[in-house]
Amino acid sequence: MHIMEGFLPAIWCAVWFVISIPIIALGIYKLNRLVKEKREILPLLAVAGAFIFVLSSLKLPSVTGSCSHPTGTGIGAIMFGPAITAVLSTIVLIYQALFLAHGGLTTLGANVFSMGIVGPVVSYLIYKAGMKAKLNFYFVVFLAATFGDWATYIVTSTELALAFPAGGILSFGGFLSSFSKFVAIFAITQVPLAIVEGAVSSLLFKYVVEVKSDILVEMKVIGEPLVRKLRGLSA
Amino acid sequence: MSRKLEIIVLAILLIFAVQFFYISSTTHAEYGGADDKPAGVIEQITGGTYKPIASSIWVPPSAEIESLLFALQAAIGAGIIGYFLGYYRAKSHYENNIGCKDQRKSEVGKNIL
Repeated sequence: MHIMEGFLPAIWCAVWFVISIPIIALGIYKLNRLVKEKREILPLLAVAGAFIFVLSSLKLPSVTGSCSHPTGTGIGAIMFGPAITAVLSTIVLIYQALFLAHGGLTTLGANVFSMGIVGPVVSYLIYKAGMKAKLNFYFVVFLAATFGDWATYIVTSTELALAFPAGGILSFGGFLSSFSKFVAIFAITQVPLAIVEGAVSSLLFKYVVEVKSDILVEMKVIGEPLVRKLRGLSA
Repeated sequence: MSRKLEIIVLAILLIFAVQFFYISSTTHAEYGGADDKPAGVIEQITGGTYKPIASSIWVPPSAEIESLLFALQAAIGAGIIGYFLGYYRAKSHYENNIGCKDQRKSEVGKNIL
């Protein structure tokens, strides 16, 4: 989902920066407030950030014969919300742009928007809806992480298609034509990877619930009765 | 302790591995990075007229160095996750044990009184 350095015209680089920067700013504000109020969440924040670090570094071979990587943002989105996850993703994307020539500084805004904002928002909404529907907790985490990952790549395809519509002029038909080409690269490649990401995310969540559920309850991520039920089942 | 979730996740990972061995042995897949492919599509759409507006300020000098840096990224992340999960696990373990001992002591104390 990394759009390579230089591969968006300047105007689109600017558009995605303008959209992403306020959300990163909101994330930094929320992060500061959260850390000031509850210092004990810091380790959990580090775990959520580290998970993004690990998963986004793993390039996995997919059914289409090309390699792509998961995003790892689902856990952060569920625990801390999309805005704070945008900040964590930005850190990872800057690391990769500077040291790995993956993504870039000009395309940072676009990449933050897909991986750090839309993906986590989708994860967060699916998590909330799934919890309301009282589905199995780990299955909800799985769905949230899986579709968050997939949404990220759909957004990347959209960003590319908006910048490079067929025929050179941005029209709906031109956009669709280009979108289908870009989405063909990512969408199917990403299906198995998104499923693996969802599975691993739900497993990590299980361990966090086992060892540190009190913070999750305090942050209102999950309710006390559910924790007792989950730990009762797994104890 | 129920290990149902672990088994499901392991099964998914196994299917994923089998998929890789099957595809890689039946096709001549190159397993290039999907992130690099849009460049070709962009060239095709624009007829090769698009010139990237910038290039990376630093590129790892070889594939080995690149994989080193990716591995470093994963290792740092995995280390942090392992450290804190282990820390919390041990903490709750000892808190529970010490808590039990204190309780026992106070019960013993009550009996003496």
